[in-house]
Amino acid sequence: MDIEKVDQIIDKHNSEASSLIQVLLEIQSENRWLPRQILERISEKLEVPLSRIQHIATFYKAFSLIPKGRHEVHICMGTACHVRGAQNVLTAVEDYTGIKPGETDLDLKFSLETVNCLGCCALGPVMEVDGQIHGKISPAETADALKKYE
Amino acid sequence: MPKLNSSAELEKLRDEILSNRDSDQRIITLCSGTACHATGSRSVAAAIEEELEKQGLKDQVIVRKTGCHGFCERGPIIVLYPEGICYLQIEPENIPEIVSQTIKENKILEHLLYIDPSSDEKITREDEIPFYKNQQRLLFGANLQIDPKSIEDYLALGGYKALARALLKMDPGQALEEVKKANLRGRGGGGFPAGIKWEGSRSAPEDTKYVIVNADEGDPGAYMDRSLLEGNPHSVLEGLAIGAYTIGAREGFIYVRQEYPLAVDNINTAIKQAEEYGFLGENILGSDFSFTVKVHQGAGAFVCGESTALMTALEGRAGEPRPKYIRSNIKGLWDKPTVLNNVETWANVPLIINNGAEWFEKYGTETSKGTKIFSLVGKINNTGLVEVPMGMTLRDIIFKVGGGIRGGKKFKAVQTGGPSGGCLPEHLLDLQVGFDELTKAGSMMGSGGMIAMDEDTCMVDVARYFLDFLTDESCGKCVPCREGVKQMLKILTNITEGRGQEGDLELLEELGQVAKEVSLCALGQTAPNPFLSTLQYFRDEYEAHISGKRCPALYCKDLIAYYIDPEECQACQACLKKCPSDAIIGGKKTIHVIDQEKCTKCNTCYDVCPSRFSAVKKISGEPVPPAIPEEERTITRGSKEK
Repeated sequence: MDIEKVDQIIDKHNSEASSLIQVLLEIQSENRWLPRQILERISEKLEVPLSRIQHIATFYKAFSLIPKGRHEVHICMGTACHVRGAQNVLTAVEDYTGIKPGETDLDLKFSLETVNCLGCCALGPVMEVDGQIHGKISPAETADALKKYE
Repeated sequence: MPKLNSSAELEKLRDEILSNRDSDQRIITLCSGTACHATGSRSVAAAIEEELEKQGLKDQVIVRKTGCHGFCERGPIIVLYPEGICYLQIEPENIPEIVSQTIKENKILEHLLYIDPSSDEKITREDEIPFYKNQQRLLFGANLQIDPKSIEDYLALGGYKALARALLKMDPGQALEEVKKANLRGRGGGGFPAGIKWEGSRSAPEDTKYVIVNADEGDPGAYMDRSLLEGNPHSVLEGLAIGAYTIGAREGFIYVRQEYPLAVDNINTAIKQAEEYGFLGENILGSDFSFTVKVHQGAGAFVCGESTALMTALEGRAGEPRPKYIRSNIKGLWDKPTVLNNVETWANVPLIINNGAEWFEKYGTETSKGTKIFSLVGKINNTGLVEVPMGMTLRDIIFKVGGGIRGGKKFKAVQTGGPSGGCLPEHLLDLQVGFDELTKAGSMMGSGGMIAMDEDTCMVDVARYFLDFLTDESCGKCVPCREGVKQMLKILTNITEGRGQEGDLELLEELGQVAKEVSLCALGQTAPNPFLSTLQYFRDEYEAHISGKRCPALYCKDLIAYYIDPEECQACQACLKKCPSDAIIGGKKTIHVIDQEKCTKCNTCYDVCPSRFSAVKKISGEPVPPAIPEEERTITRGSKEK
């Protein structure tokens, strides 16, 4: 992501310091992670100290300071999914991808995260890959579902 | 659309919209909330468009993509008007016959109707399905008739009438008085009376004031706010504008969870439309009241649902709560008087202004008025969103509306109030649901999550699950929450993993007491609730884990074991093939045995073993029977007479 694009996003929010989180969210969703140079640019433009940006970027779950994989796998750990066996689904996905929640594999193929309720409780347990929801999934079915992704 | 400048212009527009609508018009409505998208309603929508085109009906039939109907268990749902025929669990393959049979020939397709499990009767109309029939859908009912992207649909149902009435016929004090009299209590968790909160801000001397919609719905298992915001965004905006008028705010914010992209989309569309029609902006409906609304997306932090943390996040900082020596309705966002209410609370406001406080008070109990939307999830037959009058018993909600526990299992507990709430056992099923009633029983209303649990759910594990959630979500600002809750989690994890010791329960109680009394915000103050309520009602389960190293629900992995009963095993190889760890030894005509060393206790064999054999057994607190000797494993014809 080039600096011009970053500037555009900042300008869209009128360079207001209170829009910091909204700016970071937009950059995260475009670029999938927040590199240091971009954070420095934001700090300069919004006149917010880098330490505060770092605080925010590590406080909220949506932000990542390391590159993310091409496919984001979210396992819902909400209560409704939990009582229907989400833990076993997570274990199966960990076995298949070889990574734990919060990690990205070395090929940058998958990033695995747990989430606390996607609001599709009728479909639990739920696995979401790149925004697509796989509902009522059993641990044994996760490998088949993930095979499709390159 | 030119801006509307008076109540008369609004009514004229409404009349125009209504006169263009024919009550015999053929309409197909399809629920298109997030949950339905997940079950494939997008492909159903595409199939409908395609089929109407193909059969030449495109100009005669209106397709309306509505928000959530609530009956997510059976989604996607199609309702055909004018008759109101309701088809459930629709797939794209069903569309050609629906168009050619029902739409063209007026024939009802029986195989797509709901079948009442108690009477085996087929039900044609949506409102006659027991799930809906036992509800009181004051707020949620409109979702069925509104395309959330169409302001005209909202106006056709009387939308913005309440705003016009408040602005043009009432002064701010009168409007506030109505909400106060209705005793509308906050739907987000605490149940604080909205009118009293508003009054505090109204009497504050400052000029700048704010109103906020809290749509940071973080409780796992609850999604009613999302469905309201997605399905009927204008009702929330209208309520917010009325609230702003009563306290004298000119600016409002909607704080939406980042995980809800469709809600963000729909509310942004709604704001644009409302500005265009003059329901937001300068001199609304010709009055001297001006008001604008901005949407702010959260970035994934449960604690931001707490009012002061949310305000800190809105200011563009890390969402940590602040001490409340002065309440936020006096000193809130940027230190200005701020009224923050939850989505459902705001959506109730237009109803109260339109129908009056007396009407609202007809629903509910002495201290809890109106209706409440619950998300009924977990081990229940009819998973979904239900709106019932306050005061309905848990039993009626779970069994009448929810259709009882799945798979004929026995009810064990219902968890209400999200991570801050508690678990209520069977003997409290006749409890009337209300703010004070639930608190008295050791749980709380919270935002309305209701998670049903059956005999296979381990209550110690449920407590551990919630403390794990809260440890993860604690912002770390105050010590009792950051450290105390973490220690509680450690002890509970030990108990579920078979390392529980005598004295653990007392230590947990002590830690819980401290967290409750001295944490900075409600997250820490209520964090011990899941433990305390399960201990109160299910102490025997804790004791079984600690002293017997036994999990009575056969759930905790470290305390259970699987084996195959050689008497029952028919060597069908179902488990053998499915076992992800190759832990099953056996083969064709050879009785299967589980290698205990390799078994990861994933439960797959238990799930796939055909129920007519039920050969895979789960045990806890007793030794695994020795495997049968290899030479006795061969099944010869007739050796197993069944």
